[in-house]
Amino acid sequence: MTVLQDAFTYLTTGSSWTGTDGMLHLLLQQLLITVTAVGVAVLVGLPVALWLGHLGRLGFLAINISNVGRAVPTFALLGLFVAMDSWKDGIPLPFTEATLPFHTAYFPGVLTFGPYGRGGLAVVVALALFALPPITTNSYIAVREVDVDAIEAARGMGMSGWQRFRRVELPLATPLITSGLRLALVQSWATATIAALVAGPGLGLVITEGFVRNHYGQGIAGALVVAAVALVLEVLAALAQRAADPLPRRSSRNREGRGEAGVSVPRPMVAGAETP
Amino acid sequence: MTLPAAGVVQIQYKCYANVPTENKWFCKDYLTDYASDLRRATVEHLEITVLAVVVAVVVAFPLALMARRVPLVETTVLALTTGVYTIPSIALIPLLVPFTGLTRTTVVIALALYSLTILVRSMLEGLRAVPDDVRESARGLGYGPGRLLFRIELPLALPVVMGGLRVATVSTVALTTIGSLVSFGGLGNLIKSGVSDGFRAQLLAASVLCVLLAVALDATIVVAQRLLTPWSKGQRA
Repeated sequence: MTVLQDAFTYLTTGSSWTGTDGMLHLLLQQLLITVTAVGVAVLVGLPVALWLGHLGRLGFLAINISNVGRAVPTFALLGLFVAMDSWKDGIPLPFTEATLPFHTAYFPGVLTFGPYGRGGLAVVVALALFALPPITTNSYIAVREVDVDAIEAARGMGMSGWQRFRRVELPLATPLITSGLRLALVQSWATATIAALVAGPGLGLVITEGFVRNHYGQGIAGALVVAAVALVLEVLAALAQRAADPLPRRSSRNREGRGEAGVSVPRPMVAGAETP
Repeated sequence: MTLPAAGVVQIQYKCYANVPTENKWFCKDYLTDYASDLRRATVEHLEITVLAVVVAVVVAFPLALMARRVPLVETTVLALTTGVYTIPSIALIPLLVPFTGLTRTTVVIALALYSLTILVRSMLEGLRAVPDDVRESARGLGYGPGRLLFRIELPLALPVVMGGLRVATVSTVALTTIGSLVSFGGLGNLIKSGVSDGFRAQLLAASVLCVLLAVALDATIVVAQRLLTPWSKGQRA
């Protein structure tokens, strides 16, 4: 139990929060990485998924991507990502061998990237890829599963394709879309922490460093901060999700009751978070 | 003193050697030379995963039954398990260390907690999906609560429960790698040292084995489900 005291001491010591290696800096860095990655994933994935959902095509793709994603360990994928220093040969990037600060020329593996820190670019790209499945799958299913009667009615009222999408499908799909975004956000925070196991910046460094140097108190303190932020993010996301629902105060029980009389309809399988 | 005539010695590196010319991603020599390491890691990985899922099933079943009867238990269990699921795995394992130390138990408990979330939900959902008419007619035929549960409700809930079990198992295989933080991560240990040493052959081999393990366990559950619910043959879940 002395490790718990060590953890408490680490948390209450000012110097463990301040400075470039301090937890405050690492915390902000990790938040920045998480938000950027989810932002990129939304910009890339959301329009495509909504459009495909509106057309009702390529559904198998949306479902299968998230199923495959679950089996691949994030840890392994991040490791492969970072160990791929041959990237510099394959992908044209705005850096040359001469501008790299490391003689090993790892790219983008452990290269420092602005405010994102060491390994920042690799981690943002990897995280954005991981955030895509929950966003695209949920958005696709959300638009696809909108009540056919509602769409028929809209068509009967003479709405064009865009009007149907904007005024019928999107409002009805919003709860499921936002739940996908929430999932992506919380999952990205978790993955960003794992990124520290391989190269990345962020609070995971505090945990791994503590365990490597046998400072278990420090590792546990870092874990506490990571867990606390995760819970805060989840609660904030849940509040934002509620605020964004255009049809508020609709309890989930009512929604489950839709469907043919007497037959309980299983809810559509929503993409789960791959790894916490 | 004369040195023996030194011809230029050509060192033959294996394809997995960590030198600039070698260090290949895929290397057959690695698979043969390190076969015992790979086997040991795979067995450990399998043990941790199966233990965690079994513990989760054993705990989830009574929890789901209680949650079905008492609404307060349901909200509490669902809120708690959602909270646990929100905590990143790499944080949950250190948080258990003060209580269970740097042991395999720590990893198993953490993974079981994550599986619990998925399993309780799917069990509740599966039991709720049993049509009331069926329950009524069973009661009319004189089924007591115990027989009703085990002979009627559970078999009908099985497809949904097995769906949850598949998700839980596959994600547990992936999550086990994080156990490498306390050196009990099965294939994760090989991935970890592969990353830190730049040992590509090991990194790729361990990663691929991880995915294969997940696929194999998933297939096993699907086959088990077919055998357990022969009446649902031909109809897709």
